[in-house]
Amino acid sequence: MEKILTKNVGKPNSQDIEVYLGGGGYKALEKALGMKPKDVIAEVKKSKLVGRGGAAFPTGLKWEFTRRESAEPKFIACNADEGEPGTFKDRVILLNDPHLLLEALIIGGYAIGASKGFIYIRGEYYREIETVEKAVEQARTKGYLGDNILGSGFSFDVQLYKGAGAYVCGEETALLESMEGNRGCPDCRPPFPAESGFLGKPTAVNNVETLCNIPAIMINGGEWYSRIGSPDSPGPKLYCLSGHVNKPGVYELPMGITLRELIENHGEGVKGEFKAALPGGVSSCLLANLDVKLDYKSVARAGSMLGSGAVIVINEDTSIIDVAKNTMEFFARESCGKCSVCREGTRRAREILTRFANGGGKAKELDLMLELGEVMYDTACCGLGQAAMNTTASAIRLFREEFEQKVRK
Amino acid sequence: MNVSVWKTKVDEVLKRSGKSKETLLPCLEVIQEACGYIPQEAITYLRENLDVPSIDIYGVITFYGMLTTKEQGKYVIRICDSLPCYLNKSDGVLGVIEKELGIEAGETSADRQFTLEVVPCLGLCDKAPAMMINDKIYGNLTEQSVKKIIAELNC
Repeated sequence: MEKILTKNVGKPNSQDIEVYLGGGGYKALEKALGMKPKDVIAEVKKSKLVGRGGAAFPTGLKWEFTRRESAEPKFIACNADEGEPGTFKDRVILLNDPHLLLEALIIGGYAIGASKGFIYIRGEYYREIETVEKAVEQARTKGYLGDNILGSGFSFDVQLYKGAGAYVCGEETALLESMEGNRGCPDCRPPFPAESGFLGKPTAVNNVETLCNIPAIMINGGEWYSRIGSPDSPGPKLYCLSGHVNKPGVYELPMGITLRELIENHGEGVKGEFKAALPGGVSSCLLANLDVKLDYKSVARAGSMLGSGAVIVINEDTSIIDVAKNTMEFFARESCGKCSVCREGTRRAREILTRFANGGGKAKELDLMLELGEVMYDTACCGLGQAAMNTTASAIRLFREEFEQKVRK
Repeated sequence: MNVSVWKTKVDEVLKRSGKSKETLLPCLEVIQEACGYIPQEAITYLRENLDVPSIDIYGVITFYGMLTTKEQGKYVIRICDSLPCYLNKSDGVLGVIEKELGIEAGETSADRQFTLEVVPCLGLCDKAPAMMINDKIYGNLTEQSVKKIIAELNC
C-alpha cells in the first residue's frame, strides 16, 4: 500500500518546509481553498474517515456540526496529547512531518470557519514541541499561515499549548479545560465541544493522525480514500506495536489487517509464546484470538476496542493478574478525581488486584470487580473511568482460573 | 535561584499571549523550566497579573505531574512503568536506580542532584523500558546500562 501518513518519514530533513513542498506539500491546501468549505466537508464525509484518537467518531460529521453552529469565533484544536500507554504514533508525525499536520489543520480551520487553531502537545514531547514550533514559523514566513492565505481571503493562525503531565487531558473536554487554565477535569457531554468548546465557543477537536489523512483526501478525493483497507472503517492506520514482540514500532497499514499479520509479518513474531494482546492500549479488553481483524468494527465485535491502535502483546510467561494490576495502578494514579465512582473504583480495584497478586484474593471479589466495571462504565463522566476496568474485566473473563489460583486458601 | 530569570520569562509570555487565565499554564511551565519548581513569589506574581486566586493556581500546579512547588534536583529522572515498559522489566531497572541513588521514587537526593519519578507512558514503547532525564531520552534500558548512565551524570 502506498503510504499516506508516513510517506515522508525517513526522508532527510523531512520536517523542513522546503522538503515538504518538494514532495507536493501544501497543494491540498491550495485545492481546498479553491473549494467551498461545505464541499471540503462533503469530501471528508465521503471518505468515511473516523477519528483515530480512540473514539472513532466520523470526522466529516464533527466538522459539519462545528460549522453549523452560529456562535463566533470558532476554533479547531489538534489533540497531540498522546498518552494512552502503548501509543507512540503521533510522535512520529510531529517529529518527522509537522507540515502535514499544519496543512491539515489549516484545511480543517477553513472547512469549519475558524481563524484560529491550537495544537496541544504533551509536555514530555520536548523535541516534538520544538519541531512543530519551527514548522509554524516556516509556514508563517511562506504565507501558509497568517492573513489572506494564498490570496484566498481566508486568514488563519496556530498557537501551541504544552501539556504538563496529565493523561486525562487527552480527553477532549479536559484538554479544553487545560487550555483555559484550569485543572484538566473532563466535563460531562453534551454539550460537545462542537457546540461549546474552548471558551464556550464551537470547537472541533481532532487527533493528529486523523488530521493527517485530510491532505490525501483533498488531493485524491473521498471516494478514493473510502476504498482503502476495510470498507467499514477505511483508510490507513498507524498501529503501535509494543510489549513482547521482537520488532516493536509504528506500522502504517491498511485498516483491517489481522493481529496475527501485524505481529508476525511486521513485528517479527512474539518474544515467547503468545498469551493475549490489548488492541487499543490499557483502556481496551484483552484479545486471545490472533485472527481478529484490526479495524474498529471487527475489534468491537470481538469484545474489545481498537482505540488509538496501541497493540500491546503479552506472552505466556506473564501473570495476567500482574498485567491487570499494572493497568489499575495507572488508572488509579491518573483518575482526575472528579467522579467518585472512578476515583474510588480505581483505588479499590487496585487494592483487590494487589491482594490477588500476593496470593491473598477473595473468591467473591472477582464478580465484584466485574460489577464495578459495569457501574463505572455506566456512570463515570469520561472515557477514562468508563474504560478503566476493561483490561481487568477481560482478564477475569478470559483467565479466571489464574485468578482462582490466587484465592487465599 | 535567580528571581529575575522566571520574571523575565513570565513577562515575555504575558506580553505575547495576554493577561488572561488561558495564559496560566504557559506561565507556570516557563517558571518550572527556569527554576525547577514554582516558588511562592511566582504564585503571588501570577495572582496579581492574571487575576486568578492563589488557591486556583495551587489547584493547577498540584494537578499536573510536571509542575511542583517542591525544589527538584538538577537531574529529574522520569522512568515509565506503564504496561509496555513493565512487560520489558522496568521494575528491575527502577530498583537499580533507587539503589544507586539511595532514594525512592518521588524523592530528591540530599545533595539536590537527582529527583526520581515514576511516570505513566512517555510514548517510548518501541524502546521499552525507557526513561527521560530532563529532556533527554534513554531507551532499551538494562540494569547495567542505567548504572552506567547514572555514574556518568554523577561525575
